[in-house]
Amino acid sequence: MELLAFGKTGWGDELFYATLMTIAVSVTAMLIGFIFALIFTPLKLSKFKSLNLIGNFYTTVIRGVPELLVIYLFFFGGSGAIMYVASIFGYFEYIEINAFITGSMAIGIISGAYSTEVFRGAIQSIDKGQFEAAKVLGISKFAQFYKIILPQMLRLAIPNLSNVWQITLKDTSLISVTGLVEIMRQSYIAAGSTRDPLFFYSFAAVLYLLLTYLSMKLINKLEAKYSRGY
Amino acid sequence: MDFDLMITSFPKLLSATVVTLKLLSASLFFGLFIGLFFAILRMNKNILVNKFAYGYSYVFRGTPLLVQIFIIYFGLGQIEYLRSTILWVILKEPYWCAIIAFTLNTGAYTSEILRSAFQTIKPGIIEAGKSLGISNKIIFYKIQIPIAIRQSLPAYGNEIILMMKGTSLASTVTLMDLTGVAKYIISTTFKPIEVFIVAGGIYLFMTFLIHNLIKYLEKKYSFQ
Repeated sequence: MELLAFGKTGWGDELFYATLMTIAVSVTAMLIGFIFALIFTPLKLSKFKSLNLIGNFYTTVIRGVPELLVIYLFFFGGSGAIMYVASIFGYFEYIEINAFITGSMAIGIISGAYSTEVFRGAIQSIDKGQFEAAKVLGISKFAQFYKIILPQMLRLAIPNLSNVWQITLKDTSLISVTGLVEIMRQSYIAAGSTRDPLFFYSFAAVLYLLLTYLSMKLINKLEAKYSRGY
Repeated sequence: MDFDLMITSFPKLLSATVVTLKLLSASLFFGLFIGLFFAILRMNKNILVNKFAYGYSYVFRGTPLLVQIFIIYFGLGQIEYLRSTILWVILKEPYWCAIIAFTLNTGAYTSEILRSAFQTIKPGIIEAGKSLGISNKIIFYKIQIPIAIRQSLPAYGNEIILMMKGTSLASTVTLMDLTGVAKYIISTTFKPIEVFIVAGGIYLFMTFLIHNLIKYLEKKYSFQ
């Protein structure tokens, strides 16, 4: 128990901040994923074959390649790509991007592929009559999406999005390879300096379980809210 | 784009794929038995047995695979008693530690897949078996299990693909699998995009094969 004390003698406060970091990365990655889903879901549902192809390429490649490989691509290739873009604009200094941004970008792109599939499925399972009725009533495309499709879609999407959230939360453990101090990295440091890996990795497992348990509780409330009337 | 690097790294990555496939097939094979075992426990009426099986699948599905590998590879070696037993022969090898972690992980997911498959079997089928005077044991082995396997094929196909991606974590415990070798080449040449295309292509090809195999099996064993 002394190992978990707060302050200089124990690892309690470090692990606490590491847990906050894991939550921060997961939330950022999830939001980045939503942005990607917002771009690629319309592409996948589009009438044009070439746009479909782009959407399918994104979801197939990301979901078919290991997360770790994507993270390595970003970790080793991220600053190179930024520097290449900067060199076009005449900036030749070395640019280093911070591990938080690289990590949440990599995880965000992965979670975006899963979110895209969830949104696509949810939109496709909405009754065709809903779209037609909106058209007949002369509702604008914008209002049709925000007032009619989105509320119905969310109810269908939330259970699956909760799965995506769990996957994203667990994937953040992989960012530890890039040196960002989240739960896994902090446990690695603590295990190395105390020579007690069993305790610290088990404690990390408990922290992850706690996070998944608490987020499940929260999501269940959200689910109840959006399925009112059903 | 450095095409020479792509061509020269291809055979290296291909030979590393063998390690990936070995890890995958071993963990899927053992995981299937563990999954079936825990799925049967989940259907047990005894609440303690039931809760134990539920706890197993909850813990292994709720924590990252990376933590599980680290606990087994770094953590278990710390127990002095374990070092003196015969188990140490297995546990000191990163290869076997990875397989144990993958097996327990995929076992947890498989048990959930099989449990839901068992639950969707119509009671009428079992009743029909009973009224024909077939013993409970034969009903289970000859009727319930084949139907459950067919029911769970699509979900299990996804699990195989997830596990194939999961084997990439073996590289974190010094194993040179496909991702391990890819990382090594990237960190020596600093050409991440080229290596990603080749290694990612190999992974995608395997995903494609697994996907089609499952599709074929689904068609072959469909009810109609």
